[in-house]
Amino acid sequence: MDVQDVPQDGNATLGGHRKAVYARGAGGTIVAVESAGWEAEEIVTLQAVDVFDAYTEAARARVVAGQSSPLEYWMYARRMDIATFAQSCGVWRWRIRRHFRPAVFARLSPALLNRYAAALGIAPETLRALP
Amino acid sequence: MSADFQHRHAAHCESGTVANLLNHHGLPIGEPMAFGLGGGLSFAYLPFVRIQEMPLIAYRVPPRAIIRGVRKSLGVRFRIERFASVAAGEARLDALLDQGQVVGLQTSVYWLPYFPEDMRFHFNAHNLVVYGREGDEYLISDPVGEHPVRCHRDDLNRARFAKGMLAPKGTLYFPVDVPGRDIQPKAIRQAIHRVAWSMLAPLPIFGAGGIKGLARSLARLDRTRPDSLRLVGHIVRMQEEIGTGGAGFRFLYAAFLQEAAQHAERPALGEFAERLMDIGDAWRAFALAAARMVKGRDPFDPPALAEHLFALAAAEKGFFTELKAAVS
Repeated sequence: MDVQDVPQDGNATLGGHRKAVYARGAGGTIVAVESAGWEAEEIVTLQAVDVFDAYTEAARARVVAGQSSPLEYWMYARRMDIATFAQSCGVWRWRIRRHFRPAVFARLSPALLNRYAAALGIAPETLRALP
Repeated sequence: MSADFQHRHAAHCESGTVANLLNHHGLPIGEPMAFGLGGGLSFAYLPFVRIQEMPLIAYRVPPRAIIRGVRKSLGVRFRIERFASVAAGEARLDALLDQGQVVGLQTSVYWLPYFPEDMRFHFNAHNLVVYGREGDEYLISDPVGEHPVRCHRDDLNRARFAKGMLAPKGTLYFPVDVPGRDIQPKAIRQAIHRVAWSMLAPLPIFGAGGIKGLARSLARLDRTRPDSLRLVGHIVRMQEEIGTGGAGFRFLYAAFLQEAAQHAERPALGEFAERLMDIGDAWRAFALAAARMVKGRDPFDPPALAEHLFALAAAEKGFFTELKAAVS
């Protein structure tokens, strides 16, 4: 890639930031160049973001329908799957899944609620409901 | 207080952090040289390791390997510390900053608020430099950012002590013994040899064999399953989005080879740099074709994408075989 071919597509996913990429400059010397982004990157980044957004919205619908607890909603809203969340809070996956049941979630001990809330970076009261 | 620290924008967090720290300690070194001496280039495809539902695909060595490689190549000593508690890690960082020390940190990406929202995923091996503190705000030189930023104490603590895979455990590091001497040609050649050797490992998960393994998986994809397109997008993300300098670190390594040609008494390395740039262009062509399919502009055709990767596997196998011979 030559310096003049470095994409400057202005990716929305970069939030106005630029990234450094390496390209062939004058005389063939390879140098770092600021890039405002490449559309190919934007497409795949948004794809990954969309996956979690879709999970989050599906979880919200389940919570509203009384089929799941806000814990599932918040987990996906923080871009975690159940494996990542289990590692973050140190609770076994099957136990977390059990706490997705609204009736079980309603009886959670304050200690466990705090632990979940800390791993998600929110206040325990926030965790009790949808935003 | 803050130390006088020069922020330099880099493609990759670990090589950028190491290079900027060494510069601060009087050893002039650019990101490509740090990346190359650290033996940063690699390829791994571990379908049995799943991260956020996707297989592990990496175009580089595991976290911390670059620091390790630079230590070995340059004879620099780093002091590396981990902490059992947030309080201890925070106190130690503050104490070091108060002494005027500039400190490298391992952190999560997700919990750094200054990162663009769409780039915040749970990856725990990000590297950055803290060069000062004003009240409860740390002054941060994140090498993948254009400019220095600030980060509140609570946010940085959360990022430093995120749990899960590759948990940073508050890891901080700084060079303690930086030799002022020139970079030895032999060290450069050995670093290149290590990379070439690992790229030629006779396994279907590492190096050129790993690229071929990934190509085989791609060729077998069921195009009717939604997961299939997600895997394709995931490959391109690992190659382009995650601070690689373009083409999955191939352009960055080419920059190193070009510099090495002058330093390592091997002028032929300049031609290898050119060849690797061309291989990088082929990686970019693959990424573009893949992204167009993800977006639905072109029909999803896994075997066509696999063909790109089979060709790249062959090209890299040839390239690294000859590169290894050139530095032996």
